[in-house]
Amino acid sequence: MALLELENVHSYYGNIHALKGISLTVEQGEIVTLIGANGAGKSTTLKTISGIIDPRKGSVRLEGEDLVAYRAHEVVSKGVIQVPEGRRIFTRLTVRENLEMGAFLRNDTQEIKKDLEWVFSLFPRLEERQNQVGGTLSGGEQQMLATGRALMARPRILLMDEPSMGLAPVLVDLIFDTIKDLNEQGMTILLVEQNALLALDVADRGYVLETGMITLAGDAKELAANPQVKEAYLGG
Amino acid sequence: MLRNLLKKYDTTDLVMYLIGAVLAALVIYGSYQTLSSGKYSGEVWLDFIIFGLAQGSIYALIALGYTLVYGILFMINFAHGEVFMSGTFTAYFLAIYLDSTGFWNQHPIISILLALVVAVAVSTTIAVVLERIAYRPLRGAPRLVPLITAIGASFFLQYTFRGLYGSGVKTYPDVDALKGSWNIFGIEILKTQAVVIVASVILMVALRFYVQKTKAGRAMRAVAEDKEAAALMGIDVDRVIVNTFALGGASAAAAGIMYALIFKQVNAFMGFIPGIKAFTAAVLGGIGNLPGAMLGGLFLGVVESLGPSLVLDGLGIPAPYQLKDAIAFLMLVLVLIFRPSGIMGENLSEKKA
Ligand SMILES: Nc1ncnc2c1ncn2[C@@H]1O[C@H](COP(=O)(O)OP(=O)(O)OP(=O)(O)O)[C@@H](O)[C@H]1O
Ligand SMILES: [Mg+2]
Repeated sequence: MALLELENVHSYYGNIHALKGISLTVEQGEIVTLIGANGAGKSTTLKTISGIIDPRKGSVRLEGEDLVAYRAHEVVSKGVIQVPEGRRIFTRLTVRENLEMGAFLRNDTQEIKKDLEWVFSLFPRLEERQNQVGGTLSGGEQQMLATGRALMARPRILLMDEPSMGLAPVLVDLIFDTIKDLNEQGMTILLVEQNALLALDVADRGYVLETGMITLAGDAKELAANPQVKEAYLGG
Repeated sequence: MLRNLLKKYDTTDLVMYLIGAVLAALVIYGSYQTLSSGKYSGEVWLDFIIFGLAQGSIYALIALGYTLVYGILFMINFAHGEVFMSGTFTAYFLAIYLDSTGFWNQHPIISILLALVVAVAVSTTIAVVLERIAYRPLRGAPRLVPLITAIGASFFLQYTFRGLYGSGVKTYPDVDALKGSWNIFGIEILKTQAVVIVASVILMVALRFYVQKTKAGRAMRAVAEDKEAAALMGIDVDRVIVNTFALGGASAAAAGIMYALIFKQVNAFMGFIPGIKAFTAAVLGGIGNLPGAMLGGLFLGVVESLGPSLVLDGLGIPAPYQLKDAIAFLMLVLVLIFRPSGIMGENLSEKKA
């Protein structure tokens, strides 16, 4: 059984039909990427999985259990953790408080402490700034914080929405190295990206989304070599 | 040069600043006249200030409810004055019952705490029910809609309580133990006022601690900033909103019992003026800002208490105390004109984004 499985998901914003029957799977231990142009419905897919939007049709299953009936905070308790588009860190909370928010549903104080150390070892910059409020961080540091905050929840699957957005190339490399490392340690990741080249490079498999529909799916290497994909997303 | 000035400030600005300057001049002139006349002694001024602080602590505690709710929902709960009234008015019946059995003055501390428990239970319940049936269905509606609903709810509560408990003014029984005054560091302070000031400072410190240092408080701040992101942390946003209303209701109830200790009289419409004053205090401190609401309340209480004698008396205005409320509302208008973000506040429009 797949860890995460979407079947024929239809989502709407009022009358706007944003997802028109999405089906996809993510297996335990994989990195799967969802690529597509602006407005294709990538973020909507992640919001539907997280329970921020309720699909009008279709199912979202985690190891067979349907998540659709759950509200967003309950989906989190199942271990489905999202790093949202634009980071959405809490700018008026300190870095440390932001990380503690990530562990909101946990009560294992000792383990939380260990995870905090672990996040600080992944992103030493965050440790240096732990008492600063989130709003004072640079864009790259905010992305580290958003990622670290999600890791504090001990995800069973991590949903990442455009982690490279607006970052300098060095920082993009750092974030993608972290994604690879996390995956090597066993983390399952569903990665949404506009930067298809990078995403297909780290991913095992990929899906191409166009105006709310999946138009191509397959092995990441094959997708990267696909002429259609090359033309549309890899700059020819 | 004048033309340059005119270019920089349009005429409304100029008129506003003119009004501001005239008011400032009146305040200074009036105060000078009063002080140089020597009509009031230093002790009297001190009494005014202490009474202002007691009154201000009550405003501050009510203001917390406005500011907490605004911080989270960007809505002004204009029925909050009635939340304050409902608990205080209901606890009155317990108070007279206890008084009739003699318990009230035999065990004043327990009695006041019991009245507090009843007031908190009633106010909190009403605040929470209000959120559930009047405001939650309107979340996401244009901001004017819940505002109108709040005003409707406010009238509903006033007239419901008048219907239930009658329209007359009721008087809380005296607390014998709180009659007279204490001498603290050589200053004579009425016992009721001292108790009110100390108790509200304790409550405010506790509330500040709750919001800044506890996990629930952290969740509240996270929800205030970004509800969707908060939900992605596993926070039940609706529950945090309910907690916020409950917390505001409980503070208002505590304010209500203190109000009853000082002023004794309660009725179904008693929430209106303190409610608007507390709203003024919240705006003064920058609505949404917790320490701001506390300081705004104390400041307003003191200004209101000092203002009539200090400024109005000096200007030769007869019966200056009648104008106490006018001073408070003048301050509200001035703050809204000159510094809508409040004395300590951030820019509202910025925060909204
Ligand atoms: N809150 C909303 N209300 C109405 N329509 C929306 C809303 N959010 C997204 N949409 C619409 O739904 C469609 C899919 O949007 P979505 O945000 O999922 O795209 P995306 O693939 O994430 O794009 P991007 O790469 O720009 O982030 C778009 O047409 C968008 O305009
Ligand atoms: Mg998006």
